[in-house]
Amino acid sequence: MEKISSENWPLWEVFIRTRQGLDHKHAGSLHAADAQMALENARDVYTRRNEGISIWVVESKYIHASSPEEAASFFDPANDKVYRYPTFYQLPDELKNI
Amino acid sequence: MPSHEQIFEDKIEREVRIEPKDWMPEDYRKLLIRQMSQHAHSEIVGMLPEGNWITRAPSLRRKATLIAKVQDEAGHGLYLYSATETLGITREETIDQLLSGKAKYSSIFNYPTLTWADIGAIGWLVDGAAIMNQVPLCRASFGPYARAMIRICKEESFHQRQGFEILLTLSRGSEAQKHMCQDAIDRWWWPAVMMFGPADESSPHSQKSMQWKIKRFSNDELRQKFIDVCAEQVKVLGMKLPDSKLQWNEETQHYDFGEINWEEFWNVVNGNGPCNKERLAARKKAHEDGAWVREAAAAYAAKKNHSSEIR
Repeated sequence: MEKISSENWPLWEVFIRTRQGLDHKHAGSLHAADAQMALENARDVYTRRNEGISIWVVESKYIHASSPEEAASFFDPANDKVYRYPTFYQLPDELKNI
Repeated sequence: MPSHEQIFEDKIEREVRIEPKDWMPEDYRKLLIRQMSQHAHSEIVGMLPEGNWITRAPSLRRKATLIAKVQDEAGHGLYLYSATETLGITREETIDQLLSGKAKYSSIFNYPTLTWADIGAIGWLVDGAAIMNQVPLCRASFGPYARAMIRICKEESFHQRQGFEILLTLSRGSEAQKHMCQDAIDRWWWPAVMMFGPADESSPHSQKSMQWKIKRFSNDELRQKFIDVCAEQVKVLGMKLPDSKLQWNEETQHYDFGEINWEEFWNVVNGNGPCNKERLAARKKAHEDGAWVREAAAAYAAKKNHSSEIR
């Protein structure tokens, strides 16, 4: 277990649900010694004007991100599959409710 | 295949935001760290002159407002510190640069808040100038900076309005109150005008910053816009801006204004303003006095981690 130094608290990413029925969305990040403090700080920093009804915090070190350098090849498989869209299929105008 | 530089410049050209993990020129990174951390420090130091009046606010309403405003400034500092960290500098380093005097913050906060009217003048003029600067930064080319600025701008508008309201109330009060209102405007006007930074021809970082679309307007363009707006707003207060050369120019469709005292500007930037030492000393004291809280929180977190591992 790594030691938490008093001068360098871990970084946390903050996700906020603004209304019931919506997704949690990334709002920003902050430093905190533990999860409880991260939640309370997130409330004070990111929801001073009723911006949220639910908060998730996760230590930034647990987020794995795709690399921008490899974005072109990484997302390449979706580039040439126009048949995944409804407009790809040519149907007569008289066909209704489809 | 295009080089890293070409891809970067092409994104800037096409208004595609740069994100932290994208390749960027070292100078772009440095320029941003400098500008964003200065901005963050300004929010934090900016709490001091206003905090000075929280216990003496003239009513409960004014007090609640001032507390909320100062709390916002703390939040704004934190948004910006987090955004700065995405560029690869630690929070600790950033704070150290402030406390050691290596990093600068906006000179405006090196002026004292002598009367209650100063809280009004700060809201109207200082936050007004800040908004003028910050709105175009919502379109800055670096994503995290632009996103932080959008949040800040949304919250900043109440700051300016509450300030104007304080001055408006004073301007309709007793002779003494009217005098206090004018006196605060007299003292804050020129420092606020100087908030836009040196004139374009002597602003070393401006050109690069505009080329990379961090800044969108030059210092002088924003300054002129600010003066034009304030010259009209001050009429609502029935007060005067302390500039005998301030005059509408039909030809340019702008206000002409008097000479800025650049000697005073550089003097304050270089550490010799009325409150430079006091502000830094207050920040250092807060940091040192808060050490036990940081230690206790770290010890508590370590203990909890430990007991959850045993379980």
